[in-house]
Amino acid sequence: MNKILIYGFGNPGRQDDGLGNAFVERLEEWVQNEGIQNVEFDSNYQLNIEDAATISDKDLVVFVDASVEDIEDIILTPVDESAKVAFSSHSASPGYIVKLCHDLFNTQPACYLLHIKGYEWEFMGGLTDKAKQNLEKSLELLKEKIRNPEELISSFVPTELCEN
Amino acid sequence: MPKKITIEPVTRVEGHGKVTIHIDDEGNIAQSRLHIVEFRGFERFVQGRPYWEAPVLVQRLCGICPVSHHLAAAKALDVIVGAGTGDGLTPTGDKMRRLMHYGQMFQSHVLHFFHLVSPDLLFGVDGDPAVRNIIGVIKKFPDLAVQGVMMRKFGQEIIKATAGKKIHGTGAIPGGINKHLTQEEKDSFLNGPDPMNIDKMISWSQDALAFLKGYHKENKDFIDNFAVFPSSHLSLVRKDGAMDLYHGVLRAVDKDGKKILHDVDYQDYLDYIGEEVKNWSYMKFPYLTEYGREDGWYRVGPLARMNTCDFIPSPLAQKEFEEFKAYTHGKPNHMTMHYHWARLIEILHCAELMKDLLNDPDLMTGELVTKGTKRSEGVGLIEAPRGTLFHHYAINENDQLTMANLIVSTTNNNIPMNTAVNLTAKQYMTGQKKITEGMMNAVEVAIRAYDPCLSCATHAMGQMPLEVVLVNSKNAIIDRMKR
Repeated sequence: MNKILIYGFGNPGRQDDGLGNAFVERLEEWVQNEGIQNVEFDSNYQLNIEDAATISDKDLVVFVDASVEDIEDIILTPVDESAKVAFSSHSASPGYIVKLCHDLFNTQPACYLLHIKGYEWEFMGGLTDKAKQNLEKSLELLKEKIRNPEELISSFVPTELCEN
Repeated sequence: MPKKITIEPVTRVEGHGKVTIHIDDEGNIAQSRLHIVEFRGFERFVQGRPYWEAPVLVQRLCGICPVSHHLAAAKALDVIVGAGTGDGLTPTGDKMRRLMHYGQMFQSHVLHFFHLVSPDLLFGVDGDPAVRNIIGVIKKFPDLAVQGVMMRKFGQEIIKATAGKKIHGTGAIPGGINKHLTQEEKDSFLNGPDPMNIDKMISWSQDALAFLKGYHKENKDFIDNFAVFPSSHLSLVRKDGAMDLYHGVLRAVDKDGKKILHDVDYQDYLDYIGEEVKNWSYMKFPYLTEYGREDGWYRVGPLARMNTCDFIPSPLAQKEFEEFKAYTHGKPNHMTMHYHWARLIEILHCAELMKDLLNDPDLMTGELVTKGTKRSEGVGLIEAPRGTLFHHYAINENDQLTMANLIVSTTNNNIPMNTAVNLTAKQYMTGQKKITEGMMNAVEVAIRAYDPCLSCATHAMGQMPLEVVLVNSKNAIIDRMKR
């Protein structure tokens, strides 16, 4: 059975920056209710180097993050290894984590990034109404994908692994 | 024509900063400054909130050191709920918080050394930036890189087990802690499969120290002479003078090691410490009031802690401490790059302390919380990874917070970081007509030694490029470099 990890990151004390964390909370509840066994969840303020070890034994990883970019509500994209090294440990990107995983453990799960558009980022808890709508949309999308993860796994094109 | 060189933001520093270097017509460094845009609105934001929310609310400050803020806030609220001024908790409450704190120190120091500092040491300050990073370390020293990742993971798991969860942990509550350690958690930390057990963490901590000492031997000139300047040093110490990262009295020593703050109760910190405001930085400049604004500044953090304490109460770290002290013949150590040596000794100390605590039955049983007569004000101090962290709160009769004052570790190191930047700029840039990438990195190396944490804005704001801007005396940009 495929091992799946859903990893939300952000700061729920900064309004819509908590979209990734809220997503994990909601999806985990659904997975439990559905009795799905092979899905693990994680949630943190930001990605960091140890996450390379966390993803190394998974078949499919979906990072979930709030987005300030001009995107259409939600977007799910494959994560390419990032050649750009993160200079600050407070802003490790999913691509950087994938590269670390590849270089450290010589493995590469199928990795995707689910970006959910956010709107407000002040020192407050709770999501804005528009962010809540986007959260619902993203949940529907991932529920469908989790029921049939092979599609995401097989369509992912990994970087060539090292020979050693 | 006089030039102003701006490095913005500083890379591999937690948060954002900007360095401005003024060069006169002769190519001499006229002035260098580290500007930090610190968001002070948080202290107003908490006003009106119920006091018991503070240990969770303060974690909104930063996703890098939330545990330090969580514990400092909880310590201040211990005073408010009448649970004493740091030594009144139940054994379980005290020890669980300490385990959480040592896990935080361990993982934070590990991240700093392996991820941010080791590239400078392994590839040189002026090494090719395309290689001088953690990916370069992985390629050339894969074992070292894996150690860094797994040590950091171990520390994070300790935090999760004690704080309850990674996000907005609720472990520390006013007057104590809200959970015990389970048998399963204890077993996994003590006897987990290789390498995820405490004995391996101790062993790897020793390896990291051996690595640094070996590097030091080969690079004495750089490590001993880079950005050296005399200063006072301040930290908490245990009442008997031992290093204590969680609780103690406030001690400061001058550049010669003479005590200038005599183990005082930190509840009275306002009697001893003032904060100056300068028009070119949002970050304040703390100083010991008895010695004034010009002479009362001090350093905090790992190097300061080595200089203030009399001994380290764990055997392996104590042995390393003796070697560290012997290097300067027992006198205070003012060598900026020795922050890294001190930091690695603390990693070992925390690993030893975690092992002791994991074997302590008090973590798995006993009362969690204690309370007494409520007070309207409380101060909580902790030795955070980057140095002494102050939290001070007052409440009204409705249990609402009416005042909050935070002096974060990085603020305490404001003048020292500026001094280090100025010295480095003079050493590397005087007489230079072109600023190389290596010269820029040298300035950053000086700042990075202090491991500053500039409270993060939301991570969703994106990546941090390095931008170098040259501005002339008329404030016109004459050159710009970005990587």
